[in-house]
Amino acid sequence: MKPFTTLSAPVVPLRLANVDTDQILPGRYLRKPRSAGYEHFLFHDLRRDAHGDPDPEFVLNKPAYATAPILVADRNFGGGSSREGAVYALVDQGIKVVLAPSFGDIFASNAAKNGLLTVAVARDVIERIWEVAEADPESPLTIDLAAQTLRIANEDAVPFEIDPFRRECLMKGLDDIDLTLSHSDALDAFETEYANRYGFRNPT
Amino acid sequence: MTSSTPQTLYRKIWDQHVVTTRDDGTALLWVDRHYAHEGSFHAFDQLAASGRKVRRPDLTVGVADHYVPTRDRAKGSAEPEIREMIRLLDANTAGSGIRLFGLDDPDQGIVHVVGPEQGLTQPGLLIVCGDSHTSTHGAFGCLAFGIGASEVAHVLATQTLWQKPAKTLRITVDGSLGPGVTAKDLILAIIAEVGADGAAGHVIEYAGSAITELSMEARMTVCNMSIEAGGRAGMIAPDETTIGWLKGRPAVPQGQAWDAAVAQWQTLKTDAGAEFDREVRIDGASIAPTVTWGVSPEHAEPVTGTVPDPAQAGDPGRAAAWEAALDYMGLAAGQALSDIRIDRVFIGSCTNARIEDLRSAARVLDGRTTVIPTMIVPGSSAVKRQAEDEGLDRVFTASGAEWLESGCSMCAATNGDMVPPGERCASTTNRNFRGRQGPGSRTHLMSPAMAAAAAVTGHITDVRRLGDVR
Ligand code: SF4
Repeated sequence: MKPFTTLSAPVVPLRLANVDTDQILPGRYLRKPRSAGYEHFLFHDLRRDAHGDPDPEFVLNKPAYATAPILVADRNFGGGSSREGAVYALVDQGIKVVLAPSFGDIFASNAAKNGLLTVAVARDVIERIWEVAEADPESPLTIDLAAQTLRIANEDAVPFEIDPFRRECLMKGLDDIDLTLSHSDALDAFETEYANRYGFRNPT
Repeated sequence: MTSSTPQTLYRKIWDQHVVTTRDDGTALLWVDRHYAHEGSFHAFDQLAASGRKVRRPDLTVGVADHYVPTRDRAKGSAEPEIREMIRLLDANTAGSGIRLFGLDDPDQGIVHVVGPEQGLTQPGLLIVCGDSHTSTHGAFGCLAFGIGASEVAHVLATQTLWQKPAKTLRITVDGSLGPGVTAKDLILAIIAEVGADGAAGHVIEYAGSAITELSMEARMTVCNMSIEAGGRAGMIAPDETTIGWLKGRPAVPQGQAWDAAVAQWQTLKTDAGAEFDREVRIDGASIAPTVTWGVSPEHAEPVTGTVPDPAQAGDPGRAAAWEAALDYMGLAAGQALSDIRIDRVFIGSCTNARIEDLRSAARVLDGRTTVIPTMIVPGSSAVKRQAEDEGLDRVFTASGAEWLESGCSMCAATNGDMVPPGERCASTTNRNFRGRQGPGSRTHLMSPAMAAAAAVTGHITDVRRLGDVR
């Protein structure tokens, strides 16, 4: 996984709440292998009209926003299904950061495992980011994960919170299976002791 | 922490599973049970790509559900991609020595129905599955939650998971549910109250008399939809109902081990005085049969009400969301919910396709005729057998409903069972998201009895008005 430190780039202003993982990646594409390129399925139904043609009003269909790597959405982004494919679709599209007032827990955790940074940001900050991005699509947003700040164009930096473990994994690009295996001795000891104490928990 | 500090059920189970804790509070937790399904192929691919092996194949159980055909099962799916999903699960589980309830197994079904039914789900366990409705299993007083493919790969390789402690939310439901009011109505009312992200970052414990009075099936319906309130997990402390339900099931301990297990299960309750980060109280008697009108489970109202008006939404963001939902659903503000015409009915899913759900639908369908296409898909093949032993299948087919093979079916439309674009479906599932049941589909969530009432009237109907509601 590639480490994430800072990014200064344009924004996709997605003024939608409750964009669940079914909308990020409809269920019928879940059977596709990753090699199919999940960007083709990103927001598949949301970005098309009733006839299946691209809806020119959908933000990612507007050329000015089509390649911006920071997605900024309304509350409860990524709620619903645990499908990691929703994260693959965003990552394959080139999205590196998603900001929203709140996220589905499983989505946010899946995102971190794929190097995609999610940051929960107050609604008024989100509103300000949308306004600026809508006025000038090229205006950059700067995310500094080490400093835990974001900056809209040349405005003052705004601090944000992030779980320290998630931050460390993102900044180092850590594979957490390797991390866990570095605790092998503790794990082996636990497994033995647990089997003694809770043997009845094994399936019979 | 001293033993005299009162603890929540969540904390007790957490503590039993900690392998190691980092300074920032993130802990490596032991996983007792991992359920796999067809969608787990990404995780098996990741594992293979890293050259790792499954650490404890005995603690993973596979179930074919999302892609199984519900008709003409012997022929298999007509779509090669769907057949491939089932083949991959067969190959991945066989390759690692993992037990599988595959397409042809007499006990196949939806993973969240099969796990409890087999007794694989037990109090005190830490259970994960690459599926958000893993919260269902919390009905047994275990800690159960959905994870993504990378975490599934981690569990396969290490039998553990890194987790940060969640916040705790206790939802106490006092009193009793009224006649014709079910666990589905209760959980929809709860979600409408707290919001679709209201419990984000929290593990919910359900308590109170209206909860302890519920059967295991009903408790599973409640815990199943915890995720629709954004909850990481939902749980209910085990009691005599839980123990009685589990006794004698194939995978529970036997003899002395059973006694040891029961003694341990009886310690699994929140201590008096334990503190929760948040508390919500609801009066069970105030809940009416509840249906959704929009595209989020939080868009739920008592069936006696009307479609809400975005002008009353309170804030502009919410008003815009309601407006968009009404537009997608083809509804007008102020319309009586009971005037909404329905095109088809789906009774199924891990929320509401257990034996009690089917009995409740059968009571409404008995002696009546469905006026719109109605599919009934049992939660497992074992539930199907039991329903047939009880003669429920004959009630269903006599009413004109279709009685099919077990699987996820039209809940997520992954196996090809879909609601056609623009059609309105009364569904006992858990998600009314845009396009969830097929592109352009419109879903109204409700209980099995309410779905059956819609099937015989052709519109949303308060089941209590049909009479003879038990
Ligand atoms: S029945 Fe529906 S919600 Fe349940 S596991 Fe299957 S697809 Fe998911």
